[in-house]
Amino acid sequence: MNRKITDKLATGMFGLCAAIIAAILVGLFSYIIINGVSQLSFQFITTKSSAIAAGGGIRDQLFNSFYILFITMLITIPLGVGGGVFMAEYAPNNKVTDFIRTCIEVLSSLPSIVIGMFGLLMFVNLTGWGYTIIGGALALTVFNLPVMVRVTEDAIRSVPKDLKEASLALGVSRWHTVKTVLIPSAIPSIITGAILASGRVFGEAAALLFTAGLTTPRLNFTEWNPFSETSPLNIFRPAETLAVHIWNVNTQGMIPDAEAIANGGSAVLVISVLVFNLAARWLGTMIYKKLTAN
Amino acid sequence: MINNRENMSVSERLISSRQNRQLDEVRGRMIVTACALIMIAASVAITIFLGVKGLQSFLVNGVSPIEFLTSLNWNPTDSDPKYGVLPFIFGSFAVTILSALIAAPLGIAGAIFMTEIAPNWGKKVLQPVIELLVGIPSVVYGFIGLTVLVPFIAQFKSSGTGHSLLAGTIVLSVMILPTITSISADAMASLPKSLREGSYALGATRWQTIRKVLVPAAFPTLMTAVVLGMARAFGEALAVQMVIGNTRVLPESPFDTAGTLTTIITLNMGHTTYGSVENNTLWSMGLVLLVMSFLFILLIRYLSSRRKV
Repeated sequence: MNRKITDKLATGMFGLCAAIIAAILVGLFSYIIINGVSQLSFQFITTKSSAIAAGGGIRDQLFNSFYILFITMLITIPLGVGGGVFMAEYAPNNKVTDFIRTCIEVLSSLPSIVIGMFGLLMFVNLTGWGYTIIGGALALTVFNLPVMVRVTEDAIRSVPKDLKEASLALGVSRWHTVKTVLIPSAIPSIITGAILASGRVFGEAAALLFTAGLTTPRLNFTEWNPFSETSPLNIFRPAETLAVHIWNVNTQGMIPDAEAIANGGSAVLVISVLVFNLAARWLGTMIYKKLTAN
Repeated sequence: MINNRENMSVSERLISSRQNRQLDEVRGRMIVTACALIMIAASVAITIFLGVKGLQSFLVNGVSPIEFLTSLNWNPTDSDPKYGVLPFIFGSFAVTILSALIAAPLGIAGAIFMTEIAPNWGKKVLQPVIELLVGIPSVVYGFIGLTVLVPFIAQFKSSGTGHSLLAGTIVLSVMILPTITSISADAMASLPKSLREGSYALGATRWQTIRKVLVPAAFPTLMTAVVLGMARAFGEALAVQMVIGNTRVLPESPFDTAGTLTTIITLNMGHTTYGSVENNTLWSMGLVLLVMSFLFILLIRYLSSRRKV
């Protein structure tokens, strides 16, 4: 009966490990939500942050986070979908394709601080822009592009072969097949992947530290001309994002209520990631249902 | 073009539409190829830029590379400046290896529980939550470490705050746990059913099946999961920086403060003048990080070439 006892013991041990993991996860989540939600208020989200006094909000940081995310996705999605289409449909089976694959692997595994340093060198110093939103968005593109390419490639490869073959058999050219058959059928997975990637971009801080900077100029939310200095839409201004702000108030800042602000900010970040995840799942299923009439 | 269509004969129209299509085809192929080539351009640019900049401290400022990598003395602001980064390299490796030692057994055991013991519950509850945790921003982990872990560790120390190598290790373990668990779970789930059934048919218990059949079969992929976790831990900057204390001496125990390559770069990049010797040595540390991440990729490649199933 010895081996049966061992089996029971092992099962118990695996159960224990799973329970520990579950406990850590639940603990983390409840800690963030419980501590953060009490801090959240309309006023917290809509007041400007303060450098020295207590009671500041996160308005500008939150706006910056969403704006940088928007610009990053604006650059990443077309490039990533294009790259993914190439890898799935056009890539010849040769050394160049292998090299592109290696490059994708390299880019996706680089530490974000290294990408931040590259951004500092390339988009801050070399171009002479200084710390800007566009510099931050380009650095994030470097780090997001491989994800998008992989998502698109997988999505296009998982389109049933019949569809593609039927289209080609009708005499439709390859590019036209890609445009009218493959991409529309792959769209649900591409959107899901893009939203999940957005969650990562939204919380990224290390790559933005040296590219988008630690400060935000005085913003005038009634000025919507993107070329004006005080406009929130100006892409050539420095912008501290929410994730960077949490780090900043905890390590360099001198505001007395740093912990409260970080609590609230963390809750906003985590809830956003949660929303991104749920939205990705929901939107993916919904579009799929619509397209396939199931 | 469209206006002319009306006046064309049928055969002319067919020819022109074919030409249009061919032009379209060429254009489309060019666009997607360009998108793919951007990937090459980005990787090559990163390697070249960081390589050139990282070597400047050795080539232009005359810092000895051997001293840089082997000296324990980091004192760049002294009148006789010393640029030894071994304490930080040691710190980086220490937090990476220790956190992998904690997270790997836990994550792999959790993955086995999810796929082999309670597949229903695991797939419906644990997996989505774990995937969600992969997406939690690292600053949030660092912040929780700072407000919960650091005061907790301080209770066990005779003096000073709880900023320590241990705090950094624990934060990183929690951070890489979801990565390791979800990749390991995929690896276990993708093993063919016949392996399990064969083993059970021979009268093996579940534990014997797991230990003698499933884990050996999935071993290279499980190791890949651990290496990916380690790569993430090695390159993590802000979360570690918030809890580790950032000192320039070698830690004597896990309760001592320490520094890692990433934390020193984060901390000093903004405070040093661009182009100064100290600033250049920070770029050299960045180069070390880059080289390490190449090495991690080579390791992952080696492991996946050994994949059996």
